[in-house]
Amino acid sequence: MPREQFHQGLQDLQDGILELGSMVDRQIDRSLRCLLDRDLTLAQAVIRDDEEVNRTRFHLDNVCVLLLAQQAPLASDLRFIVAALAMLSELERMGDHASGIASIVVTMQDEPLVKPLVDIPAMAERARAMLNDSLDAFVHRDVEGAYAVGRADTEVDTLYDRVYRDLVDIMVRDPSTVEACTHLLWVAHNLERVADRATNIAERVVYTVTGMQAEMDTTPV
Amino acid sequence: MVRVSDTSATDGVLGGLMPDLRPSISSPRGVDRPDGRDEIVDPVIEVDHLDLWYGRKHAVGDVSLSFARKQVTALIGPSGCGKSTLLRCINRMNDLIPGVRVQGAIRVDGANIYDRSIDPVEVRRTIGMVFQKPNPFPKSIYENVAFGARINGYRGNMDELVERALRQAALWDEVKGDLKKSGLALSGGQQQRLCIARTIAVNPDIVLMDEPTSALDPIASQRIEDLIRELAEEFTIVIVTHNLQQAARVSDRTAFMLASEDGVGRLVEYGRTDEFFTNPKDDRTEAYITGRFG
Repeated sequence: MPREQFHQGLQDLQDGILELGSMVDRQIDRSLRCLLDRDLTLAQAVIRDDEEVNRTRFHLDNVCVLLLAQQAPLASDLRFIVAALAMLSELERMGDHASGIASIVVTMQDEPLVKPLVDIPAMAERARAMLNDSLDAFVHRDVEGAYAVGRADTEVDTLYDRVYRDLVDIMVRDPSTVEACTHLLWVAHNLERVADRATNIAERVVYTVTGMQAEMDTTPV
Repeated sequence: MVRVSDTSATDGVLGGLMPDLRPSISSPRGVDRPDGRDEIVDPVIEVDHLDLWYGRKHAVGDVSLSFARKQVTALIGPSGCGKSTLLRCINRMNDLIPGVRVQGAIRVDGANIYDRSIDPVEVRRTIGMVFQKPNPFPKSIYENVAFGARINGYRGNMDELVERALRQAALWDEVKGDLKKSGLALSGGQQQRLCIARTIAVNPDIVLMDEPTSALDPIASQRIEDLIRELAEEFTIVIVTHNLQQAARVSDRTAFMLASEDGVGRLVEYGRTDEFFTNPKDDRTEAYITGRFG
């Protein structure tokens, strides 16, 4: 096939995005574990390892720029690279959210939990599933799979709303818990943002395949 | 099967981002699209079921498309697809090739130029052509521009005409100091601009360009591209190019031709350039412009 070097470059870029996705998924997993286990050492490791996420993102950004400069891509190749640039930004920000959760764990120290952690781990599980599903849709250029990720965001939003209401109730009943409740609210907010960013990645998948740009409707039915 | 992709579905890259600004961004030269739909409402050239044979060789098959007034239309495709043949049909240059037979019609402002009553020489007075290799006359710069006007009976101020044409071709400032200099003494890029000045000096409605920059260096090519965009304010331009990025840069619309298995060149896709190069409709177009064949 003509332009073999270019097509290999596109494949390498895709592989790099998947690798970054795996790194971010692991960071989110570790951030939740450090919260559940109150493991400050692990929290510090998550914060430190965000540097590698950033480095990988910037490296892949440069790969995209070089492909654009050297290969003058068109049509689906151009959309792929443009979408990749957006996805890389979303993945790197997901890494920031994981690092943010770890920072909250460090801030919490040995602060008692104001409620059992049920919805927050559920949010994390669903957000990670959305991340992995969005990247899967990307690899397979699966538009329906991408739309399914968008629909899944509704569930995460619902869980977040429940966490928010529960924590507000607790704060209203006992103002001394405000700080502790706020910490958990930040954790939930970070996870809710991870899910939103997975939806953004899914939107980029739709764009890559169809050329259409539109916000996915994640309004609860 | 010919597929013309002039559709009303214009949700391309720019459309999705800034729908309110879409008409001005995707049609920098003010495309005549009063109802906002992607139609050529005022075509200056209409190719109607055109076929061409070089002897027994069927070179162009059943091509139909319209060219918008005062826009740049690019014809692209691999070698042998019929794009230059189609271009030369528009000003009947193919008539000069022995054994050529044309079927169908090409209407310019409504009149079929292949009608028996039409003199092909008259056609070429109103439809100018710029060729791949710059071909100035072995005359002075001044005479290169004045020659065509003179034989067409121009009676006005020739000095003004020459200056106007050279200015339009973005060459005046470089040659005004010595218009008696031979056109052949200019650089390749300057010669091509001189040829453009020569072409537009006779005030054609349409200018055809057959790979006008393929013999030029990148800087000279860029100047010609800039000139094409300026000239489109006043002339309808049809350009054949092998350079996909050039087609994407200079044209408002792009037509892709491809030789079928039977060797006949046919139109595969035709549409707005911004959508054509970001989201082509036909798989063959996608494969060609992404370099997966050809």
